[in-house]
Amino acid sequence: MHLHPFDPYRPLDSPIHRLDARSKLVLAFGFILTAALTPPGAWPVYGLLLSLLLAAAILSRIEPAYVMRRSALSLPFILAAVPLMFNQPGPLVGSIGFGTFQFGITAPGLILFLSVALKSWISVQAAILLTATTPFPGLLGGLRSLQVPPLLVAIVGLMWRYLFVLVDEAVRLLQARSARSSRLPLSPGQQTGSRRSSGGGLTWRLKVTGGMAGSLLLRSMERSERIYQAMLARGYDGEVRSLESPHLTTVDRITLGSGLAMFLLLLVLGSLFGG
Amino acid sequence: MNLYSPLRMHIPDGFLSVVLAAVFWVPSLIALSLALRHTGRQFSERLVPRMGVLAAAIFAAQMLNFSVIGGTSGHLLGASLATILLGPWAAVLVMACVVGVQALFFQDGGFLALGANLFNMAVVGVAVSYTVYRTVEKLSARRPWGILVGGFAAGWASIFMGSLAVGLQLALSGVSPANLVIPAMAGIHALIGVGEGLATGGALAFLAAVQSDLLRPTISSGGGADPGRVDRQPGWWIIGLVLALALAIASPLASSDPDGLQKVAEQQGFLERTAPPALRLFPDYLFPGMDDLALATILAGILGIGLVLGVVLLGAAFQRNGRITPDEHRARPPKHTG
Repeated sequence: MHLHPFDPYRPLDSPIHRLDARSKLVLAFGFILTAALTPPGAWPVYGLLLSLLLAAAILSRIEPAYVMRRSALSLPFILAAVPLMFNQPGPLVGSIGFGTFQFGITAPGLILFLSVALKSWISVQAAILLTATTPFPGLLGGLRSLQVPPLLVAIVGLMWRYLFVLVDEAVRLLQARSARSSRLPLSPGQQTGSRRSSGGGLTWRLKVTGGMAGSLLLRSMERSERIYQAMLARGYDGEVRSLESPHLTTVDRITLGSGLAMFLLLLVLGSLFGG
Repeated sequence: MNLYSPLRMHIPDGFLSVVLAAVFWVPSLIALSLALRHTGRQFSERLVPRMGVLAAAIFAAQMLNFSVIGGTSGHLLGASLATILLGPWAAVLVMACVVGVQALFFQDGGFLALGANLFNMAVVGVAVSYTVYRTVEKLSARRPWGILVGGFAAGWASIFMGSLAVGLQLALSGVSPANLVIPAMAGIHALIGVGEGLATGGALAFLAAVQSDLLRPTISSGGGADPGRVDRQPGWWIIGLVLALALAIASPLASSDPDGLQKVAEQQGFLERTAPPALRLFPDYLFPGMDDLALATILAGILGIGLVLGVVLLGAAFQRNGRITPDEHRARPPKHTG
């Protein structure tokens, strides 16, 4: 498999990379659950969760800029929690507004907002670390041993295999559209262009996009037929077989056990410090 | 490259209350397991390549964006396109794969919130699309304009209803007041939905012109190459109708009476904010024998340093061991790229 720019995996050699995918999957899920169960305002616990994350990130030798850049993904959603600052009853700590329109920010509101923002930021970082340090086949194996139906795992595996092929195809379609449009260019990364930056009117653009989506689907249906023939030729009989997952090593078990124990401890701490 | 969709329909972790997130896993998992069984029967051994490639195609189609007005751009979500072309069961499976992979590997949507995200996009999106498209198809008596109008209406409704579900979930979790988040989500997505609808209609028009048999429901076309699609599924039609009605009725009710919604949420246990903490071992949030909050904070700090130190030492320990991992059983995909 070639390394695609979209592939979140960072191929490095580190203790975190070497950890078994199953234990990493369970630990990431446990971490996110712990963050979700931590009550708002339990700052020491958030600090500890963040330091755990930081320790894992440092150990994994992933550039912090990569994690930061990826974790910005969840930022836009924080907008949904902004009203929390204003609508909670409690003492005022400040206000925002223009002229006569003043919105009071209350202390409990601020605590709640910051907690939600922190929680989501911490959780996203844990997920980023998981996918950055675990190659896709490992994650698939992890899913399989966590009792996800094997058929579903096989579909996801095949999807991943062709994801990059089809994403490349979509990029080629976009390039072709830009090349044929009256004004260049509207590459997918920089869509700040003016109204007319990608050719004709809105109807034209929609017609072209619809055609692109339609042809992409059509080509994939044909491709899936060829893939099926190729699989048949190689002896595929409808059953998806996979190798037995290797046993968890002692290191994996110790890490898994101590990690889960830590999460439990953090939950207890959270219930102590939380409001 | 804008692979990570700006369409904020994917709820990240940290926003939904744990109870609510758990509750929404239930319908999603039921729908997913039923879909797996039905499509398995329908496509038999063709299931894995067909569903895998189509899920990848829907994922890739989400990259096809088009500028709308002044720098904003829309792009497909694909639930309605998948429903119309593949039938509701296969569409649930395909959308579940897309949403699941987005959450698990691209951090688009959270792990815990995945149940709710699956519900909004793979269950509500598909069921509503199916009901709307089938209804328009019936009304148009299968005339060609029915495909376009049905595609547009299904695309719009899937986005709009999904956004109502997101708004309700956020309001029930207490992270956003219902009278703000529901109208905001609905307003934005009523516009985004137009783009989805037009692109869905455009894709259907293209397919109708190029390969019209894809859109004509057939009983079975030779060895089950494309059996089914939008064949009669009265169950799905009713589910879509019920979901759409429930969302359309609950949303304005909730946004006109946010306090009532909060009360409901508290009664159902979605909001643990107002409930006493489950684990209150020590009174007044302090360690026993310690009457100072600052001291307790310092203790927590020391504990934290210990925890981090432990992690680092543990890491160092098995760096030293330098164990050789058994080569991850790389499930080699067929070399044939098709």
